[in-house]
Amino acid sequence: MDNQIIFTIDGKECRAAAGTYIVEAARQNGVFIPTLCNMPGITPKGACRICTVRINGRLMTSCTTPVIAGMEIENNSPEIRELRKSIIELLFVSGNHFCPACEKSGDCELQALAYLFQMMVPRFPYQFPVKEIDASAPLIVKDQNRCILCKRCIRTIKDEQGRSYFAFESRGNKLEVVLDKEMAKTMIAETAELAMKNCPVGSILVKEKGFYQPIGTRKFDQQPIGSEISTH
Amino acid sequence: MSKQIIATTSLAGCFGCHMSLLDIDERILQLIELVEFNKSPVNDIKTFTKQVDIGIIEGGCCNSENVAVLKDFRKHCNLLVSVGECAIMGGLPAMRNGIPIGECLHEAYIGGITVQQNHEHIIPNDEELPMLLDKVYPCHEIVKIDYFLPGCPPRADLIWNALYALITNTPMDIPYEVIKFD
Amino acid sequence: MEQNITQIIRRYGNDKARLLDMLIDLQEELGFIGTQAVELLADTLHMSHADINQTLSFYHFFSTEPRGKFTIYLNDSVVAHMFGRETIRKALEKEVGVSFGQVTADGLIGLFSTACIGMSDQEPAAIINNKVFTKLTPYRVKELVRHIRDGRPIEELATESYGDGKNPHPLLQSLVSSNIRRKGMVLSDEYDYGSVLSTKLPKMTPEKLIAEVKHSHIRGRGGAGFPTGFKWEFCRRAKGEKHYVICNADEGEPGTFKDRIILTEKPELVFEGMAIAGYAIGGDEGILYLRYEYRYMREYLEDVLQKMRKRHLLGKNIAGIEGFDFDIRIQFGAGAYVCGEESALIESMEGKRGEPRDKPPFPVERGYLNQPTIVNNVETFATIVRIVENGGEWFTQFGTEDSTGTKILSISGDCLFPGIYEVNWGFTIADMLDMVGAYEVQAVQVGGPSGTLIGPDEFYRTLGYSDLSTGGSIIIFGRQRNLLKDVVLNFMNFFIDESCGSCSTCRIMPLMMRDKLVKLLDGNGVAQDLDELQQWGTVLLASRCGLGQTAGNPVISSLKNFRYLYEELLQKDVEFDQGFDLQAAVQESCDYVGRVPVFSHH
Repeated sequence: MDNQIIFTIDGKECRAAAGTYIVEAARQNGVFIPTLCNMPGITPKGACRICTVRINGRLMTSCTTPVIAGMEIENNSPEIRELRKSIIELLFVSGNHFCPACEKSGDCELQALAYLFQMMVPRFPYQFPVKEIDASAPLIVKDQNRCILCKRCIRTIKDEQGRSYFAFESRGNKLEVVLDKEMAKTMIAETAELAMKNCPVGSILVKEKGFYQPIGTRKFDQQPIGSEISTH
Repeated sequence: MSKQIIATTSLAGCFGCHMSLLDIDERILQLIELVEFNKSPVNDIKTFTKQVDIGIIEGGCCNSENVAVLKDFRKHCNLLVSVGECAIMGGLPAMRNGIPIGECLHEAYIGGITVQQNHEHIIPNDEELPMLLDKVYPCHEIVKIDYFLPGCPPRADLIWNALYALITNTPMDIPYEVIKFD
Repeated sequence: MEQNITQIIRRYGNDKARLLDMLIDLQEELGFIGTQAVELLADTLHMSHADINQTLSFYHFFSTEPRGKFTIYLNDSVVAHMFGRETIRKALEKEVGVSFGQVTADGLIGLFSTACIGMSDQEPAAIINNKVFTKLTPYRVKELVRHIRDGRPIEELATESYGDGKNPHPLLQSLVSSNIRRKGMVLSDEYDYGSVLSTKLPKMTPEKLIAEVKHSHIRGRGGAGFPTGFKWEFCRRAKGEKHYVICNADEGEPGTFKDRIILTEKPELVFEGMAIAGYAIGGDEGILYLRYEYRYMREYLEDVLQKMRKRHLLGKNIAGIEGFDFDIRIQFGAGAYVCGEESALIESMEGKRGEPRDKPPFPVERGYLNQPTIVNNVETFATIVRIVENGGEWFTQFGTEDSTGTKILSISGDCLFPGIYEVNWGFTIADMLDMVGAYEVQAVQVGGPSGTLIGPDEFYRTLGYSDLSTGGSIIIFGRQRNLLKDVVLNFMNFFIDESCGSCSTCRIMPLMMRDKLVKLLDGNGVAQDLDELQQWGTVLLASRCGLGQTAGNPVISSLKNFRYLYEELLQKDVEFDQGFDLQAAVQESCDYVGRVPVFSHH
């Protein structure tokens, strides 16, 4: 461990191996930085921007920026908290997130972050965009109403040739993550389960598997997201 | 201290939030000491008889009557609280948003599989009926709402904590597990 | 059809990094990219259908449905609107008989809108089958549509009068004008093409060359202003199997058209600059990434490259320097403003969606095909040639201390002489307006929609990296213009259309700000809306790339400098209004059941 470097998060002295992404380095030091698009072990994408921190006056995503010696990271300032809350609210109003009717409620990371930031109501007007639910695949349902375009499925759910089952389509506010119709036909149950698990929200659901875990006993019902890393 | 006056209503909602209000159990006795109810389905007072301190709104606005009631509440209440997912974001009724209204009416009265005996294909359009809005609106997108209590329904503890804080003008206690959207 | 498709894929060696080229050829040769093409591409390139589709659906000029034998793309930029775009739109719809976004039943003509095509000095303009038609009038529209219906080929529709400068060149035959109004070191005619490559470079080491560029203090001309010498040095030092030189000719910032003129009038200078850069960084290949709107220059530019190869200014052992092998190819874009961002441009060149990459790593370390790459603007490369010719010291006498040299401005809007002006950095806005014959000016947009909107009280300010930075776009608005409705709203719609969608902030926030602006314009504004606009705009700063970070600038900049225009829109003595309109909200259901809305009983 001789390549350990020292840096600070909100003034707290931290240590990590040089080159570790900030979000991971923070975790190793008991500091939780909220993320949505990030998943340990896969190439970060910097898509949701929720892990944004301020370093040397600049806003940077902590999932894509490696920590360097002497770095002073601002993570929990009122400005950064407000920014993150705004982004969470943007994601809520830009989709159709009917939590009471969603299988993932209680296990949803977007919802958990909204709880963490005490979002009582988004400050932005609801868009109620018209979105499709694609239930044509044998094993899974892709509900565009709930998709937050984090690319986690695109990056992790692949076949033995390395091809992704999911892909982006279109761009800007018309952007969607779609399931390849041909590949979906041969998707196996384990892959379907993994796709559902890797989706931070309720956009990818395995068919015929609703509400096996009662509301109230789910992951984020009692404990805030990130509790395993730090107390809020 | 004089009693605070409360009014409540359910717009495009299911009355679940009112049920949750009753779920405060024995604290309802304490509540009665603190407040007096004016217009509310709880006591069946149909019109405002005076200016009210706190108006509690359940449900969003799906038709012209909801809008009229909501505006009436805004006029008669010093504070308005949106209670529950429907008031805050339209809730389940808003799942129709994005579907053309004609399709909704056709499904409900003519084409739907549960429709029986409407041989003349009548869609009710009597003058006395409220007019449907193009979509279900969150209440704060129509009038100013002062506070929001999420949940489907909001936990009884959340409603109680919030009401108690408002009535007694004390800071509100929000434990993590009381704010839930489901 | 299947044979054609296979042929096109084979043309690019079945290499999926060349998917963009394949799609461009498919679109041009088949008129659309249908299911069959997608299937064949997927099978040959071992990709999924959805994967092919994710690139295909990203670019504006690709379509899965036929867009007509003659596809008319009418420019939708602010300046186009100022010069009668709506009249032309109506004339086109009337003559063609379909609305925009549609194709005639016989499949002959399709009408589509497109973002700024780099013709702001000669609007309204349209692209028809890669030919650009400028200064359109309703009469010209009538004539064009009639000729198309008569079965005349596109070449015949564009014969009446070619533009100035090199535009009449047999390989260009372009109706576009260059409108060069003021020349400086870059646009000057005194340079002898190839002389730096053939006489200067053999006497210079790459290190000395980079030192000279650093000494000149030249900064990137695309807008971001990164010091060019440092970029080259970083790239030279970076290890890789290959090093790439990319020229960014994707000029998509509305109101910019200088790269079009440089590439039309001085392409040799640009290519020479790229070769010089190749020498400096140890580059193996140069690529000109040219926006699809300038497709009409293709043969002309290929010809210039061919002639340079013949003169040994490109190819092997250039200028007799042993081991200096460098050649240039042209890569076309396919309609995406965000590809002007260097890492998005690189993604696009690799056949992918033009989504900016996370940095670090920067392209100088890992760029095109993960190799060290420099991306510089057209104008930067052209300027470099004059720097190496005359020395870095010579260059610093032009401009100001922090912004050395000259800047080529694309000036358009309400002025007598729109066109291209090469000026020394440090020029004031007031002088500039006098130079171009702009009187009764209400506002100037410096640096395009992502830049700054300033009013007369700031016309004393100067052009330069530390004051008013610009990649070259200057749009002038006269007193008669409605800045919020005609300018700011158009710019916001532009950013909404052009977001890649990857960052949540840039995908959603411009929409929120646009809707709020519309609410204000509809007369439903309250004071709180202005505070919210200001606060909301800051969220965009958390976006990954420059496009996202500046996507709120039209509103933020106008709110700062023209706040009174916003305040004039606010309702008096109204504190709350979300713009809810009961009458409008019940209309749809009342229409459906045949009922007249009555509100009296409420």
